[in-house]
Amino acid sequence: MELCQLTIHEAHDQLATGAISALELTEAVLARILAIDNDVKAYLTLTPESALDQALAADARRAAGEDGPLLGIPLAIKDVLCTEGVPTTAGSRILENFAPPYDATAIARLKAAGAILLGKTNTDEFAMGSSTENSAFFTTRNPWDLTRVPGGSSGGSAAAIAAGECLGALGSDTGGSVRQPASLCGIVGLKPTYGRVSRYGLIAFASSLDQIGVLAQDVTDAGLLLEAIAGHDPCDSTSLDAPVPDYAAALTGDVEGVRVGVPQEYFIAGMQPEVEEAVRAAVNVLSDLGAEVREINLPHTDYALAVYYLIAPAEASANLARYDGVRYGLRVDGDGLIETYKATRGQGFGPEVKRRIMLGAYALSAGYYDAYYLKAQKARTLIKADFDSAFEQVDIVVAPATPTTAFPIGEKVDDPLQMYLGDVFTLSMNLAGICGLSLPCGFDDAGLPIGLQVMGPPLGEETALRVAHAYEQATEWHRQRAVL
Amino acid sequence: MKLNREKVEHIADLARLALSDEEKTLYQEQLSAILEYFERLQELDTGAIPPTATVLPLRNVMRNDEAKLPFPCEDILANAPAAEEGCFRVPAVLE
Repeated sequence: MELCQLTIHEAHDQLATGAISALELTEAVLARILAIDNDVKAYLTLTPESALDQALAADARRAAGEDGPLLGIPLAIKDVLCTEGVPTTAGSRILENFAPPYDATAIARLKAAGAILLGKTNTDEFAMGSSTENSAFFTTRNPWDLTRVPGGSSGGSAAAIAAGECLGALGSDTGGSVRQPASLCGIVGLKPTYGRVSRYGLIAFASSLDQIGVLAQDVTDAGLLLEAIAGHDPCDSTSLDAPVPDYAAALTGDVEGVRVGVPQEYFIAGMQPEVEEAVRAAVNVLSDLGAEVREINLPHTDYALAVYYLIAPAEASANLARYDGVRYGLRVDGDGLIETYKATRGQGFGPEVKRRIMLGAYALSAGYYDAYYLKAQKARTLIKADFDSAFEQVDIVVAPATPTTAFPIGEKVDDPLQMYLGDVFTLSMNLAGICGLSLPCGFDDAGLPIGLQVMGPPLGEETALRVAHAYEQATEWHRQRAVL
Repeated sequence: MKLNREKVEHIADLARLALSDEEKTLYQEQLSAILEYFERLQELDTGAIPPTATVLPLRNVMRNDEAKLPFPCEDILANAPAAEEGCFRVPAVLE
């Protein structure tokens, strides 16, 4: 197997025995990027020189007797996470020339663990989108079919992994932006519990929903990445002060007696039949492994999309007020300060970001606050209560990650509501603050990957990873690679 | 809920967004369709339901008021569109 196709844990084993060096591994991945990223377009910024320096430093640390699961492992970072001195654009013209003076906490932790950062991956502008088509720079392509989207908003990170352009990656997930591209690219994408990972240095979209997530080739790698970045951080007062488990130790392969709930509401008219078949077959695999499968109800699922697309834009309209052309980013001069703000934001933001700011400002404006924003917050309580009650009956909820496999580039770009409907299976988890992941569970007739979503209660990452890992070990889907 | 053009212009003004005529027309159509979809929320009886602003049980997280070194001024101003004498330079606010 080529070095760039190794999982993190496989590469670690080879690094630990001295079979390969971090420098060789990094050079192999950089060569892969040079060979194919013109086609995939996963990266917005590459930092090859710095990556090679980091690789040499990792090799030196290992030679001095240090070891660690990420020491010398080349990773990619979604371009919504601040990286000191390296451009961080959030996929937006308004931040095109922004280089943060500090690292996000998740980045600082990866660096401390000896991971090698290859560069910054493409994203829908300010993480608003499901395809990377809202990136101000270009659209990333799905490695399984270059005419299709990789999903979004962490589409660059997902495509980079599926194409062998990194061994693992960070993304962010506000309504499915890690799980949906993972599903569409045939890899693993984990959204941790809200507060599990510090958001310090994550460019804010919707603060009550945003969570940094990890993307990887298999479940074991996802656990290793999460363990490295999780934990309390004084710089984020919403980060949870709960101990970080040894996630690898949770991967026992044993799901005997685990209660698995299958929500009726996640099998809807209009979903691709092959997706439903693959997910139902995956549920049978879990049952064969000894899990107790039962049908459950999440009765307010049908309202989640409306709730999400009121709360997220409302929070975004407040968060994005900071882009005023004064302290950083683009400035377009107008006649006076107010006109400068308007011109800066009018030119600096792309169509979807402006649409969501408008939607959010409207939902928060006088006369509409109660009917829209407050109503959505109340309905959010009902959606969260659905999950609270489900997790009294079951340990894990499984469902499709997306209603369809990867769609063609351009298909939904002119119809925002259709694009939003593609997020229908992932949004509720953010509204409820629970954890979960998507992992490969099959392919459709066109050879495109299908994702199984495994959801756990707050801080239930160990159980979710254990169930996902047991399924993964019983199947071969995760071993299939896109051919480029 | 159908948005009229004056409402679109009012929201754009609140949000400090300069929009072209084409954008106003587009957003008027698209936002109206999205708001119409949201109407389903009105079916829900939420009279006795408290709102959820955050899923966390945390309230008023406090920290010690300790002084620490700020970022160097020049590092911060390096990202500014315009700076002068260690300050951000902005258009005049007062006449």
